[in-house]
Amino acid sequence: MSAAAIASQLLQLAIALALAPLLVGWVNQCRAWLANRSAPPLLLPYYTIRKLFVKDAVVAENASAVFRTTPYIVFAAMCCAAAIVPSLATDLPFARAADAIALVGLFALARVFIALAAMDIGTAFGSLGARREMLVGFLAEPALLMVLFTASLISGSTSLPTIVDTFAHRELAIYPSLAFAGVAFTMVSLAENARIPVDNPATHLELTMIHEAMLLEYSARHLALMEWAAALKLFNYSCIGLALFFPYGIAAAGGDWLAMLGAAPALIGKLMIGGFLLALIETLSAKMRIFRAPEFLGTAFLLAVLAMLVNQMLGS
Amino acid sequence: MNVAPLSLVIAAIVAWLAIGAAGLVRPRNLRFVSRALFPAGGLVGLALAAVAGYSIDLPPAAAVLPLGLPDLPFHLRLDALSAFFLLLLGATGAAISLFSAGYFRASEGTPPGLVCFEFHVFLAAMALVLVADDAYLFMVAWESMALSSFFLVTTEHRIPEIRRAGFLYLVIAHVGAIAILLCFGVLQGGSGDYTFASMRSITLTGAWPTAAFFLALAGFGAKAGLLPLHIWLPEAHPAAPSPVSALMSGVMLKTAIYGLLRVAFDLIHAQVWWWGVVALTLGLATALFGVVFAAVQTDMKRLLAYSSIENIGIIVAGIGLAILFRAYDKTLLAAITLTALLYHSLNHAFFKSLLFLATGSVLHATKERNLGKLGGLIHRMPWVAWLALVGTLAAAGIPPLNGFVSEWLLLQAFLFTPSLPQSFINMLVPLAAAALILSAALAAYVMVKFFGVVFLGRPREPNLAYARDAGPFERCALIYLATGCLLLGVLPVNVIALIEPVNALLIGAKTTRQIADNWLLLAPISADRSSYSPLIVLAVIVGVVLLTMQVVHRLYHGRVRRAPPWDCGFPLQTPRMQDTAEGFGQPIRQIFEPFFRMERHLPSPFDLAPRYSVKVDDHFWRALYLPIARGAELLARTAGKIQQGRISIYLTYSFCTLLALLYFVR
Repeated sequence: MSAAAIASQLLQLAIALALAPLLVGWVNQCRAWLANRSAPPLLLPYYTIRKLFVKDAVVAENASAVFRTTPYIVFAAMCCAAAIVPSLATDLPFARAADAIALVGLFALARVFIALAAMDIGTAFGSLGARREMLVGFLAEPALLMVLFTASLISGSTSLPTIVDTFAHRELAIYPSLAFAGVAFTMVSLAENARIPVDNPATHLELTMIHEAMLLEYSARHLALMEWAAALKLFNYSCIGLALFFPYGIAAAGGDWLAMLGAAPALIGKLMIGGFLLALIETLSAKMRIFRAPEFLGTAFLLAVLAMLVNQMLGS
Repeated sequence: MNVAPLSLVIAAIVAWLAIGAAGLVRPRNLRFVSRALFPAGGLVGLALAAVAGYSIDLPPAAAVLPLGLPDLPFHLRLDALSAFFLLLLGATGAAISLFSAGYFRASEGTPPGLVCFEFHVFLAAMALVLVADDAYLFMVAWESMALSSFFLVTTEHRIPEIRRAGFLYLVIAHVGAIAILLCFGVLQGGSGDYTFASMRSITLTGAWPTAAFFLALAGFGAKAGLLPLHIWLPEAHPAAPSPVSALMSGVMLKTAIYGLLRVAFDLIHAQVWWWGVVALTLGLATALFGVVFAAVQTDMKRLLAYSSIENIGIIVAGIGLAILFRAYDKTLLAAITLTALLYHSLNHAFFKSLLFLATGSVLHATKERNLGKLGGLIHRMPWVAWLALVGTLAAAGIPPLNGFVSEWLLLQAFLFTPSLPQSFINMLVPLAAAALILSAALAAYVMVKFFGVVFLGRPREPNLAYARDAGPFERCALIYLATGCLLLGVLPVNVIALIEPVNALLIGAKTTRQIADNWLLLAPISADRSSYSPLIVLAVIVGVVLLTMQVVHRLYHGRVRRAPPWDCGFPLQTPRMQDTAEGFGQPIRQIFEPFFRMERHLPSPFDLAPRYSVKVDDHFWRALYLPIARGAELLARTAGKIQQGRISIYLTYSFCTLLALLYFVR
């Protein structure tokens, strides 16, 4: 493990932490444009996080330590995930300690803790949100794993940097299985990041909310960490999607700083397009009833399984 | 000191029997039994684990005990497979014995001394099953295990439901025992020699190996809780006292896994690929079935029992996959699969015992098994709650705890399946992987439900405010098991080094070089393909948590104000407005509706005292067991017709029998 690799690792983590709120701001901006509203400032998520850190934390009387440690654990899990997903370069020494399966495990860790914290206060909304989140999770998690498996089978490795290296720095080959996997991944990311059509990040209407219902009791620094973690999750999912399906422009391992310098604009450009597409999907689709969500996610799961089957069948 | 490990194992078994017998001396003296005998049993368990761990790498040792029938001495053998399961038994049993020291109270049912006797006979019988080297001793030990556990299940024998549950357990245990007996009958291949050594030397031909394998699958499957012989598990576990549930679920189910491995990999030589397909399918069906049912349970011990069914399903699916690989000579993959399933057995023993014991503490503190009447116990019972959280996360397969490691290994085996000659299997493997992942993801749902409803939220009943935390013995046992879950999770390479000799014994392949890159990094096949290091993950997570806390508190402040819960501003909030167990399981009930047989009563809007009830059953009772029971009854009634009660008719029967015999013997 060279010093350059560690530097690349830390740099990518820092970029993820710094850019994640910006991505959320960008998506909100696009949503506003598409809906013909005047857009909020691009940097609003940063202001919000800063404001929340300054405020006094209000914690429910009967909250246990589970409630108070969860924001930190969720944030840590998302940081770990960000340290595995290549954004600028595939030089990630930490990825040796946690591969794609462990990445899904880290997301599960965050999910389980958020759900437990939501149940901790013992309010109707908290447990409702927890139940719905676990409902979304138990279908989205296998689908995500199957998508990652398809990519792993093609590249012969479950380590994300290796997968990306294989895809990015190999002659252009068409994998039909990746088409199925791509659709499945898009559906899963919408659900996992609490986006329309599965959830609505902008609502506090009790019949529709999932993710927000679990955060209702959080305030101040706890809420700030949760929001930041959610932004990181969106950033991570975007980077996974880009890395699996559009890896071009990402720098190879070996600490080539010039290549990384070139990868930065590519990343920002791809994230901007990705964010715009996300906003477009959200604007064009309607929120589903909660019991349509299992169908939606079941479809994603089946598509992911199909991707792996196609991969086995065609032997590519 | 040069004592053979096998003699030490025998000494441990004898010690357990002696401790049990000591309980009979003063059966009603609770203090003596719980403060002296159970801790002593725990120490024996620890010693056994140490001996087993030491002997796992030694060549097999055999012994003949001049006991048993005149011409049939007991054969014993200690090899790597036995040693691994003895380690599991000793290490888990020690904690459960320690817990029992604080658990058993004076009750209406069996007196404590007798419980102590049954408990230790149960332990000794399990150890004997694991070292038996002939079918005779194996069956004797197997049946003693079934009987002693039956009596333990029916400790509270004054309650009719508990007697029923015990009876059901006994019936299924015997159905299984018959299948195992027949399996040994097939395996001896007409030689008349029932030692395992002789069975190993005989090569069966034709359909006989298949018959032996499926008899073993049915017989051991009945004990393990494979579909469709699982029905006793959700009945017996809630009926039994919690330490007994822990012992049955954590250890006894594993003796069935041991038996299946012994027969399939040691006594039968050649594996046929389609056995693997059957075991894989059956295992995955069991896993999905178990976890879906666990999600809708309202009794915390039934929930855990169904979750045990799920885990056994995963282990049996692993056995199926290993057979598949073995049949196609993919030795390395077979070794990884075996490692994964043995690892999972050990993990399941630890986390499931931990959870069952935690429910025992909750049961004692609250007298309540129904999830709908618990809640908020993390404030009243912090020790139990936090230690149970470790078990919950482990059972949910969350990194960096132990449940995740074995699932990770198993998924690696699925993922890197090279193309096998049968295209049908190449299609099957991804589907099987999908089913496995789905059941693992549902396990997280189940575990969040379990922990969230029992320990978090607000107490749903007023009397929960008087719940008291577990006593010192119980606490120590829970701490031991939780530490075990953590260590098994973060030190996978060391654990796999323990499993290696078992692989070498069963399939003749060592994988050390491939599985363990170095002590920190778990890398089966090669580090380029996949690697995982739970210790680093744990360190990073803990590091980031501490760092974030420090930074946030230093840069800003750590001020906290306590206030009533906000709940979107709703003024009326009662604990009854939290999700009940039914509520939390409702989405699963709706999605997997065809799985269940539901009897639901919905109140109408005009009811003055509305009541809602739902009862969830599985289809197997109605579709499989009741017809069998009716058929047996019909058969008995038909056979009963020949009993006329008149001497002349019986004499006619004798005469006809004699005639028939004369005709046949001639």
